Amino acid sequence: MNKILLIMQREFMTRVRKKAFIISTLLSPIFFAAIAILPSYLVSLEVTDVRTVAIVDNTMEFTNVIPSTDYIKIAYINDTPVEQLKGKLDEAGYYALLVIDSTGIPNQPALTIYSQKQPAIDVMQHLENTLEKEIETRKLRAYNIENLDKIMADVKTKVTIKSLKISKTGEEKESNTLIAMAIAYIMSFLMYMMVLITGNQVMQGVIEEKTNRVVEVIVSSVKPFQMMAGKIFGMASVSMLQIIVWVVMTAALAGVGINIISEKTAIKPSTEQMQAMAQADPQLAQAQQLATNTTNETGNTFINSLMNQNFPLLIGGFIFYFLFGYLLYAAMFAAVGSAVESITDTQQLTLPITLPLILAIIVMISGIKSPDGPLAFWFSMIPFTSPVIMLTRLPFGVPTWQLALSATLLVATFVLIIWLAAKIYRVGILMYGKKYTWKEMIKWISYKG
Amino acid sequence: MYLIEAKGIEKRYSNHLALDDVSIAVPRGSIYGLLGPNGAGKTTLIRIINQITGPDKGQVLFDGRPIQPNDIYRIGYLPEERGLYKKMKVGEQALFLAQLKGLSKPEALKRLKHWFEKFEIQAWWDKKIEELSKGMAQKVQFMVTVVHEPELLIFDEPFSGFDPINVQLIKDEILDLKRKGTTIIFSTHNMASVEELCDHITLINKSRNILSGQIDEVRQSYGSNVFEVAFRGEPSAIESQLNGKFELLKIDTENSLPKAQVRLSSQAEANSLLRTLIPVVEIVSFNPIVPSMHDIFIQVVQEYNQKHGVVNS
Repeated sequence: MNKILLIMQREFMTRVRKKAFIISTLLSPIFFAAIAILPSYLVSLEVTDVRTVAIVDNTMEFTNVIPSTDYIKIAYINDTPVEQLKGKLDEAGYYALLVIDSTGIPNQPALTIYSQKQPAIDVMQHLENTLEKEIETRKLRAYNIENLDKIMADVKTKVTIKSLKISKTGEEKESNTLIAMAIAYIMSFLMYMMVLITGNQVMQGVIEEKTNRVVEVIVSSVKPFQMMAGKIFGMASVSMLQIIVWVVMTAALAGVGINIISEKTAIKPSTEQMQAMAQADPQLAQAQQLATNTTNETGNTFINSLMNQNFPLLIGGFIFYFLFGYLLYAAMFAAVGSAVESITDTQQLTLPITLPLILAIIVMISGIKSPDGPLAFWFSMIPFTSPVIMLTRLPFGVPTWQLALSATLLVATFVLIIWLAAKIYRVGILMYGKKYTWKEMIKWISYKG
Repeated sequence: MYLIEAKGIEKRYSNHLALDDVSIAVPRGSIYGLLGPNGAGKTTLIRIINQITGPDKGQVLFDGRPIQPNDIYRIGYLPEERGLYKKMKVGEQALFLAQLKGLSKPEALKRLKHWFEKFEIQAWWDKKIEELSKGMAQKVQFMVTVVHEPELLIFDEPFSGFDPINVQLIKDEILDLKRKGTTIIFSTHNMASVEELCDHITLINKSRNILSGQIDEVRQSYGSNVFEVAFRGEPSAIESQLNGKFELLKIDTENSLPKAQVRLSSQAEANSLLRTLIPVVEIVSFNPIVPSMHDIFIQVVQEYNQKHGVVNS
């Protein structure tokens, strides 16, 4: 045991000190976090500076209708001709100029915006939405309906389907299929990649030791099994460290990033304006208030269902399935590495190993649509595919007995495979000068110690 | 008293017999030469003694009892095909290998410092193996093989890759280890160093032990009682004097001092030969001609192969 630890330690230290490891471990979270934050960040970018939109209302019907927001200031101008304004938008410090002209038909103004750059989407939306609402209200009012305010408030409807997952104990949780799918995709692919990459690294390490003839020296001090186990576990500890750094750093970075951005992006009409508007037009203010609330609610649903994902279970599941999935595959990769003398000889031999992994990814893509279907179920039980497929199912919720069965099968298979792989490894590392086949390698299993 | 004994070892690989009923017995404190052509089965035997592989038949005794896994701490092995981690620093690597042999970290560090000083290679401690020459790496290899002060050392071609100065350094170290009581198994194709160092030898050929014994006895037994007499006097006088009594092989007159080679039927006849010669010539030297291990090796292997109808590949 002590020797396995020594070999693990050596493996760990040499890998962890490599520049490539340090860079990929520290930079990947920045990359992951960036992917998570980027969409919100890009949105936030457009509203960071205050822009003033000048409005010339030639109809005189829409004066003071459009409110200013934190980032969009509205200036109504009636003392300067349009032509003059158009010429000196920049000098006057205006971002855009909105001209409201009459078309002759009531409540149907001709709207034109002048700007030196394409006006930003948030500015356009703000102008359009406010005017749309104002005109709608005016048209409705023209019908002279009694108690219009009350009816309007009553009619205002927003439909959102709240999706709740009911657990066996009757507990209800907000869920979101899209979020579950996204998490399933990310976890399954990450698992697939990491098992394949680290498994290959183990194989390369074994080949290097064999061709260097380091094995000859070490094998007189330790049993080949200890050497192989030390290498595999050493590599596992390296990957675990990497995963933990990734999880912690990504969570921290993304958390901080989202906080900063969400504070910046909260677009709401400035409080002063709201108060002023409430006095001038209580009805409009109410509608505005309602709209703001709805937006907040949508955002909350997203965050709620994200938060309601059982993160301890997901992270725990990922670590467990990565650990044993990796160990299972690494043992097979180590056996292949022991039988060859150069990485170019491995291709035919690794094909049968990588096949189940590739199959798992194919099953994942269709299984993600019906995570409780028979396909996903069976492949989440088979130990060679369960590390990938169980992670596909996990965000959608998996019955405990299935999880337990799949985990037990995986551990049991790992024990069997590492035992067989050690028998191949033991013979393989001391065999030179020939390209061996799986048939021959399987024969080695029966060789006497 | 034998430190290590292999009894009736048989090892079969899928298509050939690597060892066929091979037995050796290595006396404590001796240097034991393990000789044989390439592919004879020496490495397999050494691996079995090191418990890297197990025999199909037979057993290995260490210190008089069946060998146990823990005995590897008492054995040091320098394989013929040896290597180190190229990217690892010399000091770290030596420390790692010493710890694998059961030394604690502080103890390993202490002993390694001593060896680095002894070999005057302290400056290498923080160098990577790939920066060293082959000979330098071999020196490090030798050091980590002996650093845990094992009772049994197994050297497979220890001199390969060394320049003559370092060969001498390693030879001196080996003899020094022997003086300290270490038992050494020594496998090489360099017959001169076998004669110089070994007390006992075993010659393995085609998976079998075909010759074993104390080196002097082996050489004597292959010596065919030929003696060389250097003398001052007339070669013809010797010829006529020996005629009919002893078998005169040749008289070498190329040098100023002529030498006659005479074959006796037994060692005991040496005195009688001298008595016969003394009256006719002045004897300068009288030496038995002992065959070199080189000659014995070739002779024994060829005879065996001819007898068993195998062509030497």
